[in-house]
Amino acid sequence: MTRFSAWNVFWQGMSGQRGWSRQWRDPESKPHYDAVIVGGGLHGLATAYYLAKTYGLRNAAVLEKGWIGGGNAGRNTTIVRSNYARPGNRQFYEHSLKLWEELSHELNYNVMFSQRSHIALLHSPGAIDAAARNYNTLRRTGTPDAEIWGLEQLKQVVPHLNYAAGARFPVMGAAVQKRAGTARHDAVVWGYARAADQLGVDILQNCAVTGVERDGGRITALETTRGRITAGKVGFAVAGNTSRLWSMAGLGRLPIESHKLQAFVSEPLKPLLDQVMVFGMGGAHFYISQSDKGGMVFGGDLDWYTSYAQRGNLPIVQDVAEAAMSVMPCLGRVKLLRHWAGVVDMSMDGSHFICRTPLDNLYLNTGWNYGGFKATPAAGWWFADLIANGRPAPIIADFDLKRFERGLQIDERGAGPDPKLHG
Amino acid sequence: MTRISCPFCGPRDHAEFSYGGDGSITYPALEAPMQDWHDAVFLRENICGWQVETWQHLHGCRMWLKVERDTMTHEIRSVAPAHPGLAAALESGL
Repeated sequence: MTRFSAWNVFWQGMSGQRGWSRQWRDPESKPHYDAVIVGGGLHGLATAYYLAKTYGLRNAAVLEKGWIGGGNAGRNTTIVRSNYARPGNRQFYEHSLKLWEELSHELNYNVMFSQRSHIALLHSPGAIDAAARNYNTLRRTGTPDAEIWGLEQLKQVVPHLNYAAGARFPVMGAAVQKRAGTARHDAVVWGYARAADQLGVDILQNCAVTGVERDGGRITALETTRGRITAGKVGFAVAGNTSRLWSMAGLGRLPIESHKLQAFVSEPLKPLLDQVMVFGMGGAHFYISQSDKGGMVFGGDLDWYTSYAQRGNLPIVQDVAEAAMSVMPCLGRVKLLRHWAGVVDMSMDGSHFICRTPLDNLYLNTGWNYGGFKATPAAGWWFADLIANGRPAPIIADFDLKRFERGLQIDERGAGPDPKLHG
Repeated sequence: MTRISCPFCGPRDHAEFSYGGDGSITYPALEAPMQDWHDAVFLRENICGWQVETWQHLHGCRMWLKVERDTMTHEIRSVAPAHPGLAAALESGL
């Protein structure tokens, strides 16, 4: 495999780009692995990479039912931020952001991480107070780049929002995280896949798990469309389909529901928006950024009902378009290029699970709600730590399946145990 | 567009309705053990396929309905009033 460097890029440019090699192998599956990660999404690939790199677990495999990058990894709006205020989330996402900042160097792969600021619009004095409280907490606990902006400062940085006196949702200010931004989702997939592969991890695509063999409290083997694979340790990282795999393993119910979330991209435009901009007011919800190709990438709420279908519905298209027009009227004539839906596992408090399970050698990574993309490096890091050491590190200790029994809900929104409300 | 046949108003666009959630859950008695309440409030079958769920015809008659829906295809098989007395009354044609 060719390592990327300035010299290499230059030389390939001079010699017709004919010298590049495959970025990762397409191996046959072995009958046994010390660790098997089910799910070749961002979290699965990152977990395999850190398992191999940090814990030396080279005889490992990632099983992906389709192709890597084809599920939620390719169906998100690529936003990265760490402006979470609840204990647990705060430390976790800040750690993730620090890993993002070094990720391109770490993987020798340009993930196009762009720290262009995350601007959450505020529309009432109460919203400003609440944001100030959260952002003060962030500033005092290791996230120095959280700021509250007044209207004048916001107007200077983003001049083309709807500041009109007759605006449906008059803007009063903004909560801003400056180190937040976006990354190229495909590049993150490919970067982790390539780096994990280089360390000996087998990435098995078109390899769906069809059955789980158990010997009492342990998983012994996985039946797959590419044969039977025995495993020392097993990690589930299959956002959207966790319940199906969970019941395949004979484990009953989980505190999650599968919902679909739609996203949209417009035709490419000249530079229009240099930040990630977020609007949320009452029932309306809208977030938007501009990709490096120029397309406006945006989204809104969930579809509100449980679904496993990776396709959206029209009422949400209307909902998102209305929100877009109310804050950025200049988008009115822009053509929509594509729109799609991903299936996300929404949890009962809006926060995730990285935890042990009732089975000795099975570990679970699920319940990322809207926010799985930004969590990728830390989710991989701590899931690998959990699998390698068999115990949760303090930073993920509360993200277990028993937290509701303990009376703990890590509920960033304060929405209560109703998954569809945790968007 | 998914349509739901409201037994009171007829077939309507699903955007008129508000999704209530898993309709198979029966909440335990108030004095039931905490584990029963935990399971009812927090745990879900999360079925891929036919699921019984509740919807409210929010922008219509405002009645709560029990809907049998396929969570993969979004096909709807049956719709009935959530209130068992109303369901029985409709059934008997009263």
